[in-house]
Amino acid sequence: MVQARDLRKRFGAFEAVRGIDVDVAQGEVFGFLGPNGAGKSSTMRMIACVSPRTSGSLQVLGMDPDRDGPRIRARLGVVPQLDNLDTELSVRENLEIYGRYFGLPRRHVRAKAAELLEFARLTERAEDRVEPLSGGMKRRLTIARSLVNDPDLLLLDEPTTGLDPQARHLLWERLYQLKREGVTQIITTHYMDEAEQLCDRLVVMDGGVIVAEGSPAELIERWSTREVLELRFAPADRPGAADLERHAERVEMLPDRALLYTADGERSQAALHSAGLRPLSALVRRSTLEDVFLRLTGRTLVD
Amino acid sequence: MAVEERAPARATPAAAPRWVHGVLLVVESFWRWYRRNWRATAVSSVLQPLLFLLAFGLGFGSLIATRPGAEAATGGVPYLVWLAPALLAMSTVQSAAFEMTYPVLSGFKWQRVYLGMAATPLTGAQIALGHLVWVAAKMTLTGAVYLVLIAVFGGAASIGVLGSLGAAVLTGAAVAAPVMAFSASREDEGAAFNALFRFVVLPMTLFSGTFFPVAALPAWVQPLAWISPLWHGTELARAAALGTGTAGAVLGNLTYLLALLAVGVWLSVRLFTRRLAP
Repeated sequence: MVQARDLRKRFGAFEAVRGIDVDVAQGEVFGFLGPNGAGKSSTMRMIACVSPRTSGSLQVLGMDPDRDGPRIRARLGVVPQLDNLDTELSVRENLEIYGRYFGLPRRHVRAKAAELLEFARLTERAEDRVEPLSGGMKRRLTIARSLVNDPDLLLLDEPTTGLDPQARHLLWERLYQLKREGVTQIITTHYMDEAEQLCDRLVVMDGGVIVAEGSPAELIERWSTREVLELRFAPADRPGAADLERHAERVEMLPDRALLYTADGERSQAALHSAGLRPLSALVRRSTLEDVFLRLTGRTLVD
Repeated sequence: MAVEERAPARATPAAAPRWVHGVLLVVESFWRWYRRNWRATAVSSVLQPLLFLLAFGLGFGSLIATRPGAEAATGGVPYLVWLAPALLAMSTVQSAAFEMTYPVLSGFKWQRVYLGMAATPLTGAQIALGHLVWVAAKMTLTGAVYLVLIAVFGGAASIGVLGSLGAAVLTGAAVAAPVMAFSASREDEGAAFNALFRFVVLPMTLFSGTFFPVAALPAWVQPLAWISPLWHGTELARAAALGTGTAGAVLGNLTYLLALLAVGVWLSVRLFTRRLAP
């Protein structure tokens, strides 16, 4: 569906994307992970054919965006980072007008709008203006709108940023449903749980390059340990990283806690105890993508 | 959680619409918006010109009706009849300036509807042209309503005022296109628009021969009127309504307005394309 080789994007003196290779297969949910400014959105915009590449090769749906932009966009669904709904129109009008931009016949668009209202659970608000809707409803409408042309490839740029947990879970459920219907999806996010939930395969970007690639499980196995021991100390007896490193494969010192990467969290905890270290609290958990992210990008999430 | 099945109804394979069709789809979208929201703008786009008609055409006109020399300045017709075609052109220019400033910037910055359109097969050129065609269509519509009001108050000399409407719409479009390009180049919150209204649009409406002949101005100011598109539009609108004007003058006015329109469209298309696909 998407094939990029040495893809680059430069804005003046700043190179946002510095030579990446990406392959997205049919039916796959593919994720771009990375801190703000990593080049995710620039990459997405090149794939969406709304930003010409500076160099490298890019094929989307087997076509070249530089030559076939409109033809590619006709088969894409795009959920932008910031909603761009027409807030002075009704929910239904937004869907119908958007369908018309694809040159779809009015009758088809009317039927499609009704179907998508059901899908997004907005049927009861169909005739209301968009303006007063909640953030979650607007987001659902934006996603419904992106499906109006039955896209072969759906691009979602931070689809759940700013939503409450209920709204996020409803959106995830809808996206999962689309996945089962075989819609290929590319998602950018900086929510690790979202990437873990939704993505079959993902790349971690940092500073315009890809620093890791694989399924969430592969990435965790490759870049993190099986378990993590999270410790909180009273400021007075907070030990140095060196004291902790003896009891783990790797230690990440965060402002509020210390993360000990270890195969067996219980054992590390016991070892700390016998070494006389007394944390205020200790928690053993499994590694998550967030740990991979911390390791690879060397910092906590920049928001 | 219950899951509804989405019927995979794909009546038409999605393909990019043809070029002109794409422009018309943008026009259609603005039309749908207008159908729902026309009340908000109807008052300003018809009431304001009507006030000008009443205040100057009837009020001020009655004051100068008895003055010797007034008839000479208007070419022998009542002041209202002389003024009406010019007011028609002035109203389209004013609405062009308004329609192409904040709404255009909003399309990029606030509501971002252009960005939504640009994610579909539509191109920046189609979006720019579609918006411009829509504004021209709307000027024709409100201009026609204005024309009816003018006729009701006795300001229409002949059927030639229909030509004045055409001249007014051309003048509006010739102003709309470069203003659209200007707005598409703005990154700020629209602060520059105040300057545009105050130092370009307002002087243009006052000194383009709308209310008094440009010949009444000091000789050194008169060339300034010649660069004003509204002056050219006013000349054309009057020529159509009153049957004055020579072929050479009409051709000159038309050429100026068409050239301004062409430059404005060219710039707008370039700026829209660049801003929508950076």
